[in-house]
Amino acid sequence: MNEIVELKYFKTDETLHLESGKELKGIQVAYETYGKLNENRDNAILLLHALTGDAHAAGYHEGDSKPGWWDDMVGPGKAFDTNKYFVICSNMLGGCQGTTGPCSINPDTGKEYGISFPVITIEDAVKVQKKLIDYLRVNKLCVAGGSMGGMQALEWALKHNEMVSHVIIIASTPKLSAQGIAFNAIGRNAIISDPNWNNGNYYYGPKPEKGLAIARMVGHVTYLCEEAMDEKFERRFQDKDKPDFSFNIDFEVESYLAHQGKIFVDRFDANSYLYITKAVDYFDIAKTYGSLENAFKDTNAKYLIMSFTSDWLFPSAQSKELCSALMRNKKDVSFCEIKSPCGHDAFLLEYEAQTQMIKSFLIKETE
Amino acid sequence: MNRHYVESKGLHLNYSIIANMIAEGSSILDLGCGDGTLLKMLKTKKIHARGIDINQDNIVKCLEKGLSVIQGDIDEGLKEYPDKSYDYAILNQTLQSTENPNFVIQEMLRVGKKVVVSFPNFAYWKIRFDLLFRGKMPSSRILPFEWYNTPNIHLLTIKDFYDFAKLNNFKIEKKICMTRAKVRKNIFHKLFENFFTEEVIFVISK
Repeated sequence: MNEIVELKYFKTDETLHLESGKELKGIQVAYETYGKLNENRDNAILLLHALTGDAHAAGYHEGDSKPGWWDDMVGPGKAFDTNKYFVICSNMLGGCQGTTGPCSINPDTGKEYGISFPVITIEDAVKVQKKLIDYLRVNKLCVAGGSMGGMQALEWALKHNEMVSHVIIIASTPKLSAQGIAFNAIGRNAIISDPNWNNGNYYYGPKPEKGLAIARMVGHVTYLCEEAMDEKFERRFQDKDKPDFSFNIDFEVESYLAHQGKIFVDRFDANSYLYITKAVDYFDIAKTYGSLENAFKDTNAKYLIMSFTSDWLFPSAQSKELCSALMRNKKDVSFCEIKSPCGHDAFLLEYEAQTQMIKSFLIKETE
Repeated sequence: MNRHYVESKGLHLNYSIIANMIAEGSSILDLGCGDGTLLKMLKTKKIHARGIDINQDNIVKCLEKGLSVIQGDIDEGLKEYPDKSYDYAILNQTLQSTENPNFVIQEMLRVGKKVVVSFPNFAYWKIRFDLLFRGKMPSSRILPFEWYNTPNIHLLTIKDFYDFAKLNNFKIEKKICMTRAKVRKNIFHKLFENFFTEEVIFVISK
């Protein structure tokens, strides 16, 4: 999408009652919209971002050379066709890209929340999104997301059955595996053990950049896979043809991870990383509803579930489990395991196959 | 491997016959559903229809038709599907290209209350003559492949299927014999069904 887009803000005075039992006031949501809402207010698509994503899904911000994170999929004629649909994307609660999170100012103290910010869940994030959708006066919508975005899409479908017509879940799961929780725990530990983290109070001093960078490096390993890494780096040395015999960066893969860590700390808040990974860890539909099968008893939406062959972080088996629970309830569900060597990252990269699937799935039946 | 589910379809005009066999309001699972032509016909009859296909392009074609379709390899079984969860499980012109026909049929009988299975009859006289007089592997409208590229690795005849039913202890509830895309019912045909039938549709149950 070549258009210049603008980040907008929505504020609500309503108190949010969180799953933890705590409350949150004065919430602000950063969001972007693309395309136009029709007269019936039923052509909306809500995109839900992954762990470190933001509201800027498509188009360009004034002066930027890089488009939004899902620009390949959003725009005129694309999977989420802005000629037909009103596409909305908002930054998640607990985030650090404009929506209220631990780096926001607590209205009661006039200071950043830090770790006094309440622990939030995917359910809480969806409650906030619902307020935005109501504010935009959308009647019916399609929800779509990859990875953590898929979890939010599921939560939307289950909580707001009456509003959601289509659900697109990509490389996601009804619950994070122990392996997934383990990697998140490593990330959080890296941040917390950085002396600069200072119990979450670092907004006026040096930031826990080392810890956050390590968290990101671990994350990046889980987003790729052996095949993708081998394809990308092999065992090539970085800017040299023999090793240093030191502990400096020798290999390209090391340099890549260091770079990813470095650019991440410039755009992401360490406390947000703690909160959002926790929200992902807690997500477990079967636990909330008694069983996965029970969770989907009353859903009326159409579901499209996609996974990727080389994704070991959110493996296909988890998508199939979801699919199976929907089938047992005789719901309208379609599933495709897309062949890809890109690992979990495939949901951001394999846009051609996804575009075909999503476009066909969203075609209005003419009967 | 992907190819045969696509190509071995398309050539068949038995969809409407199968569609007519299925009562309104029932639920069906179409294994190897291809581009969803049969499913689409069934869906207009208020039938709860779901398809399974291995091929990604076919998944897209089914989605375009508004169908519910699950990508999967039927040779791996139907373990995500509970017992007797569909009124009908359908395997249209695909039995002969499965790796393990016995397993596939058993799985269908487990998941479906009834099973519809159709296949080209390898004892059809043209095929027999082909082998007898040409001395070459038969190819026909239904079986258009060469021996080296055929997806049809488990060819069978009507008689074979009767033996198979006896061996595996399932009931044959109905049989429709077709030749050149028409149902054949005359006595002469019935007497020599294994000779004159080009393709056959069986309804079976356990």
